[in-house]
Amino acid sequence: MFPLNGTMQDQHTPAADTAPGLEALLVAVGRERDKQAFGVLFGHFAPRLKTYLRRLGCDSSAAEELVQEVMLLVWRRAETYDPRHASAGTWVFTIARNKRIDVLRREQRPEIDPDDPALVPEPEESADRRIEAKESSGRLRAALKDLPPEQAELLRMAYFEDKPHSVISAEHGIPLGTVKSRLRLAMERLRRSLKDVG
Amino acid sequence: MNRPSHHPGDTLLIDYAGGALCEGASLAVATHMAFCPACRHAVAEMEAIGGALLDDLEPEPLSDGCLEALMARLDHERPAPCRPAVKPSPETSCYPEPLRSYLRGRLDRDGRIGEGGWRFLQPGMRCMDLLSGPNGTTRLIRMKGGVGVPQHTHGGIELTVVLEGGFSDEFGAFLPGDLAIGDPSLVHRPVSDPEGCLCLATTIGGLRLTGPLGRWFNRFVKF
Repeated sequence: MFPLNGTMQDQHTPAADTAPGLEALLVAVGRERDKQAFGVLFGHFAPRLKTYLRRLGCDSSAAEELVQEVMLLVWRRAETYDPRHASAGTWVFTIARNKRIDVLRREQRPEIDPDDPALVPEPEESADRRIEAKESSGRLRAALKDLPPEQAELLRMAYFEDKPHSVISAEHGIPLGTVKSRLRLAMERLRRSLKDVG
Repeated sequence: MNRPSHHPGDTLLIDYAGGALCEGASLAVATHMAFCPACRHAVAEMEAIGGALLDDLEPEPLSDGCLEALMARLDHERPAPCRPAVKPSPETSCYPEPLRSYLRGRLDRDGRIGEGGWRFLQPGMRCMDLLSGPNGTTRLIRMKGGVGVPQHTHGGIELTVVLEGGFSDEFGAFLPGDLAIGDPSLVHRPVSDPEGCLCLATTIGGLRLTGPLGRWFNRFVKF
């Protein structure tokens, strides 16, 4: 069901699959303040971030302004990026999500602190189940393309419309149970792709 | 420490990971995550999905000069990012982040929530507001042992995370880290455990009390 590694040619983002990858570029920005690497990252992410913010309701100029703020945070925080924990796209997504909540909703984003000693730790046997970020992101994107359209559509709404699933259900006239089961089914498929070692 | 047995579930975690939940509901979910490695892992997976969805978006070109303008700003940035090697020591706290940040100034010397600042709700039950906005309220609720809340249902959604002690209702026993979801289809009558209960409760939309006592309560108690 899932394409094997190497058989998926990424037509949209050649930079994602050819050396140096986005992850390596982000590490270079963090370590060496590499402006050229930053320029390549900007070229990849900024136009996608603009689409993301437009889908969330920004007009073109507001979106561009916010894209610059997000990319400035990428520059400032690149040092904290750890390619073992997240792909570059995932890391940029979380920065963009938190920034748009801050700017568009004027709310804080409550998050755990991974270094907090008060966190209840993982059971030891599962401490190594970390997502192999970079390897899995290609499989994940392939699995997304394979999702049934009604599941993929709901998933996009959940990520790009700033509405909880209960509101999506009410606004689109899809019964809540259907929304939940479609999202769960989508998650099941996508999780399998993350676990699949190729 | 035991790990929680009542979880937000995939759909609520997707709402959190995608950024659709309001601040109060996000605080409840993230507080549960501090107790729950499994849900932390699930959210990491969902953020990876967010990253993949972002990568798949049709790029929309930016106006000319955006990159140059940003590059010029980078020149004014400090040469090394200013990031303290050691975080400023937080006040002693028994509670994990992100809840700890919302309790600033409300903790006693032992890092526990002190006696001041509580508001009477009913005998044996007090509350302390942490956040209130157009979407709903987030508060701490402290119950003495064996206290029952009048039977009620929910006009919106109520998320309750147990911090200390516990409570039980028709759906089971809730212990530290457990997250209970109340929605309009749920009518319940929670009773606190003998040692009492401290929990974080976020209500989005209204909460309606049912039963004769509850209807009387509705007039002036806003949960």
